[in-house]
Amino acid sequence: MEETRALVQIKGLRDGLLASLDDASWEEQRAALLAQVDDNPAFFHGARLALEVASQILHVNELVELRDQLSERNIFLWAVVGESPTTEQTAQLLGLATRISKPRPEEIRQVRVEDLGEETALFLNRTLRSGTRVEFSGHVIVLGDVNPGAEIVAEGNVLVWGKLRGAVHAGSNGDRTAVVCALDLSPTRLQIADETTTLSLDPQRTSNPETARINEHGKLQLEIWSPDR
Amino acid sequence: MTAKVITITSGKGGVGKTTAVANLAVALALEGSKVVCIDGDIGLRNLDVILGLENRIVYDVVDVIEGRCRLKQAMIRDKKLPELYLIPAAQTRDKNAISASEMIRLVKDLRSECDFVLIDSPAGIERGFRNAIAGADRVLVVTNPEISAVRDADRVIGILESEEKGPAALILNRLNPALVKSKDMLSPEDVLDLLAIELIGIVPEDENVIIASNRGAPVAYEPKSRAGQAFRNIAKRLRGETVPFLDLDAQSGLWNRLQRLTGRK
Repeated sequence: MEETRALVQIKGLRDGLLASLDDASWEEQRAALLAQVDDNPAFFHGARLALEVASQILHVNELVELRDQLSERNIFLWAVVGESPTTEQTAQLLGLATRISKPRPEEIRQVRVEDLGEETALFLNRTLRSGTRVEFSGHVIVLGDVNPGAEIVAEGNVLVWGKLRGAVHAGSNGDRTAVVCALDLSPTRLQIADETTTLSLDPQRTSNPETARINEHGKLQLEIWSPDR
Repeated sequence: MTAKVITITSGKGGVGKTTAVANLAVALALEGSKVVCIDGDIGLRNLDVILGLENRIVYDVVDVIEGRCRLKQAMIRDKKLPELYLIPAAQTRDKNAISASEMIRLVKDLRSECDFVLIDSPAGIERGFRNAIAGADRVLVVTNPEISAVRDADRVIGILESEEKGPAALILNRLNPALVKSKDMLSPEDVLDLLAIELIGIVPEDENVIIASNRGAPVAYEPKSRAGQAFRNIAKRLRGETVPFLDLDAQSGLWNRLQRLTGRK
């Protein structure tokens, strides 16, 4: 019994609990976590729980099962932090956070982002389908489409080498110099800093590479890219 | 025999999942395959009605899983096709009556029994849907040429990708070539432009589908029906044959001729 307990480390965060799981099969990890919870239900009752899973690859059904089991015990799972892109995507699909907003000092990835400043970009080599939400503290580059129902929130610029038809928010921390560009810029919602526009989608509109930025009058403006400039 | 397990799903309801399962099952059986369909829509079963087998149900899928009967006892043999079986859903239970791992086990037991297992998924992306795709080798996504249905299909395809269920294939159901021509309906190109997955069939709108469903004899039996032909072609593609797509222009030519004959044009 002691052995299984060691698989789970529970720590207090400012606004909830963090459960870190050691390397093991998902079944063992899950069982250990639930055993820990059932051992001390009063402590966990009503808790906001973040889960740290290291390199564990989690699929939607596994995470859904755990989320349901936790909610039966009155525990709210709000974040899953992992190294695997699959796990991250799974968490995003379920609307869970993939980073803990108040980073612990030893979080290497966070430190590096700050060191590199505005040069940091998240590169996504795939199409973002409906229900996917990507949030990043730097620039976001997508090699693929952003479909309606997908959402990108970036503190920096957003560049889509494909059709941008979802919702996009660049300069999300208030940077009014941020830009959004795409080979076909037809988002359902476009926001830069605090300027929002909703474009009516005209299917007859010719698709040109375009850039959206805030102009000198403080209004959102679209510019068609032309090779002559 | 090692069956191919194919789940038919959509996200949005009412786009023709159950009709597609019934027709593909009939078409595959007509081609000589042994087919077992599972109705995964527990609590809202209707695959049995469309196949015309409602009054033969004794045991259902929950009975099998909970051990109240043997697998064979819940397999209802079709009236016309001796190689077609249905495992109906329970009507008095809900989606929580079975789990994904139980579904995987059930499918595993069926693999040695037939050539194809077709699973009819409920609408939505919740537990019933997860159960339905759990054991699948291949997933077919049904959509209509309507924006809302296509959006939901996109969401489902995203989930299938993240579950590593392999590339899904698309059935575009209830396409009306005349409306596409007059630009009042999304064209197959518009749909594929967004979804960007393999197209396995386009089924034209056909009122015979409704008539056939109500009669409990799927339209795939009818040699003259265009929709029936489309489903038979998809079945052949599932069996690994290369079949050219129905010529929709020829059909709109027919439409035009009909409209001219009836003086509408």
